[in-house]
Amino acid sequence: MRSDLFAVLCVVVGGAVFAAVLALGNDYYFFAGYVVLQYVVLSTAWNILGGYCGYVNFGSAAFFALGAYATVAMHRLDPMPIPVVVILGGVVSGVVGFGMGYLTLRLRGAFFAIATLALAVVLQTLIVNWGYVGGSRGAYVVRPETIAPFGSYIRYLFLIMMLLAVGAVTAARAVERSRLGYGFATIRDDELAAEASGVPTLRLKLIATTISGALMGMAGAPFPYYIGFLQPSSAFGLDYTVNSIAMPLIGGTTSWVGPLIGAVLLGSLQQVATVTISSAVNLLIVGFLLVGFVIVAPNGIIGLARTYIQHRPVEELGRRRLDVDAHGSAPGSTS
Amino acid sequence: MIFSFDLLINAVVSGILIGAFYAAVTAGMSLSFGILDIVNIAHPAFIILGSYIAYIVNVTFGLDPIITSIIVLPAFYALGAGIYQVYYVSFEKRGQESLRGLAFFFGLLFITEVTLVLYFGVDYRYVDAPYIGPTWHPGDLDIPLRILVPCLVSLLLIAVLQLILSRSFIGRAIMAVAQDQLALRLLAVDPIRIKRIAFGISIATASLAGAFLIIIQPVEPSVGREYIGRVFAICVLGGMGSLPGTVIAAMLIGVVESLTATFYGPSWAPAVSFGFLLLTLAVRPAGLLGR
Repeated sequence: MRSDLFAVLCVVVGGAVFAAVLALGNDYYFFAGYVVLQYVVLSTAWNILGGYCGYVNFGSAAFFALGAYATVAMHRLDPMPIPVVVILGGVVSGVVGFGMGYLTLRLRGAFFAIATLALAVVLQTLIVNWGYVGGSRGAYVVRPETIAPFGSYIRYLFLIMMLLAVGAVTAARAVERSRLGYGFATIRDDELAAEASGVPTLRLKLIATTISGALMGMAGAPFPYYIGFLQPSSAFGLDYTVNSIAMPLIGGTTSWVGPLIGAVLLGSLQQVATVTISSAVNLLIVGFLLVGFVIVAPNGIIGLARTYIQHRPVEELGRRRLDVDAHGSAPGSTS
Repeated sequence: MIFSFDLLINAVVSGILIGAFYAAVTAGMSLSFGILDIVNIAHPAFIILGSYIAYIVNVTFGLDPIITSIIVLPAFYALGAGIYQVYYVSFEKRGQESLRGLAFFFGLLFITEVTLVLYFGVDYRYVDAPYIGPTWHPGDLDIPLRILVPCLVSLLLIAVLQLILSRSFIGRAIMAVAQDQLALRLLAVDPIRIKRIAFGISIATASLAGAFLIIIQPVEPSVGREYIGRVFAICVLGGMGSLPGTVIAAMLIGVVESLTATFYGPSWAPAVSFGFLLLTLAVRPAGLLGR
């Protein structure tokens, strides 16, 4: 299917979901659905770098929080319509993603992962010490009660997040099927061989970190309006990081469907579990699911489904041969 | 701000002392990440686990945290060996350690943290021991014993580790497994067994480091996250798997952090280690005493 057709289909599905939630007649479902959609964007964004290129980003929460804090800063300066702040949040996080990639992607994959983890801590330190956006005390962002023509404001936010989710999934699918996506796949499968065959790996990786970071920032930008009161500890919450990793890995990382399935399933499960059990227990469930899936079903739900349908094991993508000789080379060298 | 020489000296000394403790925290990581090439980002979580065990035993039986941690050392070793076995079978053998192996350890980190939160809540916990409280005053210096004692035991721990690595057969085999697995096989040594032992030792050090941590500062489950950046920064700066390098790097970071905290305020200190990490990666990826 062509990308534009797919986009239209996505918009239709998104519209249908919006109408269905509207028909339920309870604004609570918009609040819950918003979180699920937010995870669709986050996990799709994570998957562009993590699933397609094989580079693990532990800083999803940082990119998300950057987008959110860009909104807070703008709100203090001069409140703007949400679509504008979304773009702004995307630009800020995209630039940080680019810088991050430029500094660390020349090194082995593991170092990138560690650097993203540390980046989250440092950005949180900066925000905690930045009084203008509330510092460690947090900042209030008062959202209007209603907005024309949607009625309550949460419906408007839901719709924006729906559009973002549609955009993210369409973009991920388009990337996956383009030259870019094949380039990403060569990096994931064997970066050395890709480099040797003339694939501009550094440039591709920078594109991936920028797109991925920008999407995460966009997901975070409307968040202050949703939550009403933003604190560094909530914006940089570990649950964003773990969810944006767990959802693609549980769904399946090699295709755009995986993060979507993972986010919808796991996101809904968490919404139910938060209400019925407790929010700490539902995070524990996510942790166990993540560990269980990476051990038992390395290709996620998609992999399981494919094996079930075709009755043959999926070829293990992203496979890297354990080379005894190469194993002993000095770690950290670019080689 | 009026520049104070006393303040400077005190900051440097406490930085060196804290640095020795950082070295103990990082020693396990130098072993797993530096030598075995296993990116165990859950290491700080095991340290927090060690802290909580020391806390429970201290509160119920009044036992000294360091003694407790030595008693539970075998249990941590077994835990480490078990985790390595799972890691080897599920990831290393299939050649998937880069993406899924990382996610695996991240999941372990997360599970440990959330479980601790569920059982103990997010209150800060602390222990009781005779050396917590008094301060030693040589000259103008203030050296709290609660930092001095972990510092000395840390240095002892690293000395013992270094001895094991350089003198014993197992230790030499661990160094060799990083360089040439095939040669080990030719000597009729099972590289997987050696790696399992090494990873067990690496996690065992977390038990001690956990006890030191809860002696030095009150602990709550998410404290471990602050240590992730620090530990990797020290590990990389120290030259990946070199224990003397680890000690030097840890003290360097300890001093710089302590100076930052003294002259700019403690809320800026976490940014220091990341700055160091990035600088090292950009300028000298092999670290100070790289192999």
